[in-house]
Amino acid sequence: MIPELAQLALILALLLALAQGVLPLFGAWRGDRALMAVARPAAYAQALFAWLAFALLALALLRLDFSVRYVAANANLAQPWYYRLAAVWGAHEGSLLLWIAILNLWTVLLARRSRHLPEAFAARVLGVLGLIAVGFLAFVLFTSNPFARLSPMPLDGNELNPVLQDPGMVFHPPVLYTGYVGFSVAFAFAVAALLGGEQESGQERAWVRWARPWTNIAWGFLSAGIVAGSWWAYAELGWGGWWFWDPVENASFMPWLVGAALIHTQAVTEKRGALGAWTLLLSILAFSLSLLGTFLVRSGVLTSVHAFAADPRRGLYILGFLIVAVGGALLLYALRAPRLPAGKPFATLSRETAILVGNLMLTVAAAMVLLGTLFPLLGDALKLGKVSVGPPYFGLLFPLLMLPVVLLLPFGPYLRWGRTEAGALRAVAVRAGLAALACALLATALTDGAARAVAGVAAAAWIGVGTALYAYNRLRAAPRGRRFPAEMAGMLLAHAGVAVFVAGVLLSQNLSIERDVRLAPGQSARIGEYAFRFDGVRLVDGPNWKAEQGTLTVSRDGAVVAVLHPQKRLYSSERIQTEAAIDAGALRDLYVALGEPLDDQHIEHAWTLRLYYKPFIRWIWCGGLLMMLGGFVSAGAKRLRAPQPVAHGAGLAVAAAGAP
Amino acid sequence: MNRLLPLLGFLLLAALFGFGIHWSRAHDPREVPSPLIGKPAPAFALPRLDDPAQRAGSADLRGRPYLLNVFGSWCLACGEEHPVLMAHAGDLGVALVGYAYKDDPRDTRAWLARHGNPYTLVVVDADGQRAIDFGVYGAPETFLIDAQGVIRYKHVGVLTPAVIADELRPAIAALDAAP
Repeated sequence: MIPELAQLALILALLLALAQGVLPLFGAWRGDRALMAVARPAAYAQALFAWLAFALLALALLRLDFSVRYVAANANLAQPWYYRLAAVWGAHEGSLLLWIAILNLWTVLLARRSRHLPEAFAARVLGVLGLIAVGFLAFVLFTSNPFARLSPMPLDGNELNPVLQDPGMVFHPPVLYTGYVGFSVAFAFAVAALLGGEQESGQERAWVRWARPWTNIAWGFLSAGIVAGSWWAYAELGWGGWWFWDPVENASFMPWLVGAALIHTQAVTEKRGALGAWTLLLSILAFSLSLLGTFLVRSGVLTSVHAFAADPRRGLYILGFLIVAVGGALLLYALRAPRLPAGKPFATLSRETAILVGNLMLTVAAAMVLLGTLFPLLGDALKLGKVSVGPPYFGLLFPLLMLPVVLLLPFGPYLRWGRTEAGALRAVAVRAGLAALACALLATALTDGAARAVAGVAAAAWIGVGTALYAYNRLRAAPRGRRFPAEMAGMLLAHAGVAVFVAGVLLSQNLSIERDVRLAPGQSARIGEYAFRFDGVRLVDGPNWKAEQGTLTVSRDGAVVAVLHPQKRLYSSERIQTEAAIDAGALRDLYVALGEPLDDQHIEHAWTLRLYYKPFIRWIWCGGLLMMLGGFVSAGAKRLRAPQPVAHGAGLAVAAAGAP
Repeated sequence: MNRLLPLLGFLLLAALFGFGIHWSRAHDPREVPSPLIGKPAPAFALPRLDDPAQRAGSADLRGRPYLLNVFGSWCLACGEEHPVLMAHAGDLGVALVGYAYKDDPRDTRAWLARHGNPYTLVVVDADGQRAIDFGVYGAPETFLIDAQGVIRYKHVGVLTPAVIADELRPAIAALDAAP
């Protein structure tokens, strides 16, 4: 009964989404206020039913209703309740439902916080979001129904893939999707502006100002989601890696890159009235890349370690949806994007020029990632045979493209809109340059001259010192209370995050030590200053697994630093999963994974083990989290949050005139 | 013209995706070219489902081509495949041998009793040990083995009417043509 109710709720949500998508758009076109007024109630009602369906799927999983195919495929009796819940988004159908639930969350927030917007504009934005919801709800109902029944009902289900049974997996998808889907808001704003004519001179500043906080928050969530995914891969896959340039990772990284560019170009458009077309295009592209990511992951066109069920029917549907949504938006852009460049021409030394250069690099980097991801497909299409490019391609091109961005970053806050005197920049360049040089020399001495590690330290010092200098000057010069407006604080945090990230990546990649060892109980192996003593393996039981659990005592200069328990788990579904043991630290991680016993019959004897020493690896995620924080903080700017009130129906001219 | 470029770029991309879907329909993207094709099938002798005391295996089946279908009552995709096998087993022209993989024989029997039994013979590999020789990494999988005991065709995943018409029947027809 409950699955049928949920199904009904989904159908109702689809109908309401249709109402929310079609009527307000038509009303805004015809100036019919009654039709425009449908947008909000329809959005609330759609959200109610979409969330009901989501909650009922969670309930079916918690209650282990194996008559539901999705439940039988992703949960079993032994699975603890929190991983039954995580199974809601552990597979294709449920994760689409999560996508829809989150889209509704954004829509409801927007509906509640858009009362100050001109009526027609808000109606169009909500209408576009409604149409996106139609696309996804129809996808779920027609090709990926999570509530399909299974007859006969099995006595027990298949287990959720043990790789996904990890705390990181409970949080990673919801956070990531919140970011992904959040770009739909910027997309809806851009399409609404193109439809309504707000993109043209004079009014582009208004719509961009409304869109900014939403974009910043979405980007912050996407940053957090990528960090969580990277951390999960590190802790769970047992290879000690944190990024693999896998198609699914790339799918989340491309919108992130374009989103970073979008955040910056929005600032230019809002403050200077320039680059309006570029902002429109990036708004469309950021969400398009989110959709594209979905296509690549779900259609089976590319395969990856994140295997979602591949089904060509689904691929065809998503392709059709992509063509309508992305093709439609780009067609609109081609027809209606502003023809004349607006704003003043850019001076060579100005914030807008620097942002434009940085943006181009970020966008080109996204295109480079896209090309690398699609290479296998291109290889098939052009009959080149099985080709794929891996880390060497990305590892070479990505840092090259990011180099100009790194070089520009410390100047960001010093550059002024319009025109900057070279003198001010020279002082920063000299100080940050000297700091980078000093740190590089120090790093050379400490790392025996590992060139990339030294480069990482120098780049981090260059950005970090430049950013910190600005913060310090500001602290001394500006009056209390006006030292760090939210937008500036956000920028400083995010730029500092880049410095921390760069240091983490280059240091951990080039100074890590990895050893495969074979140890009998009581024997030790050394990595640097750390001695790992193997104290044998015994059997332990978990809620739905049995594990062979090793004990390693790590000591440094005779003092015990950590006791690690790596496991090899056998889940109730007979799948084996390695759980690495990690001793985390601000300056280094110690990481141990169990290999195989030398003799299967005697697990208490010698084992092969893989030991890692990973310096500064936490800095990678810390940097990502700082960037996330930067996005959130700058979204909180009062100026953006409480826009000038506009009389209902007074039209856009007022809003535009009220813009600073 | 400038403003048309993003749209044109996207359309190119969409065309590439269209091709990708077309291609992945024709080729299983997970298709690992099996090293076993053209090689003699691994020898096996496993308990029969209908009479566990007796064993049946590659030696008994030699002399006539047969289709070996790896399945299990626990396997959801096999439930999807089952009606297709019921419909086509009779007219393939070769015997259909079931290979009950990692399944309790009681469950297998109950499953076949409920859904019908398309197999002329079912052998039981309850712990999945012998299947390793075939390189089975999931169910369903299907092998076409000729009269000399050589694997001629392999399909990973569900046999659909399309796969049967486009791949399996031509492979069976090719058996007769070959010496």
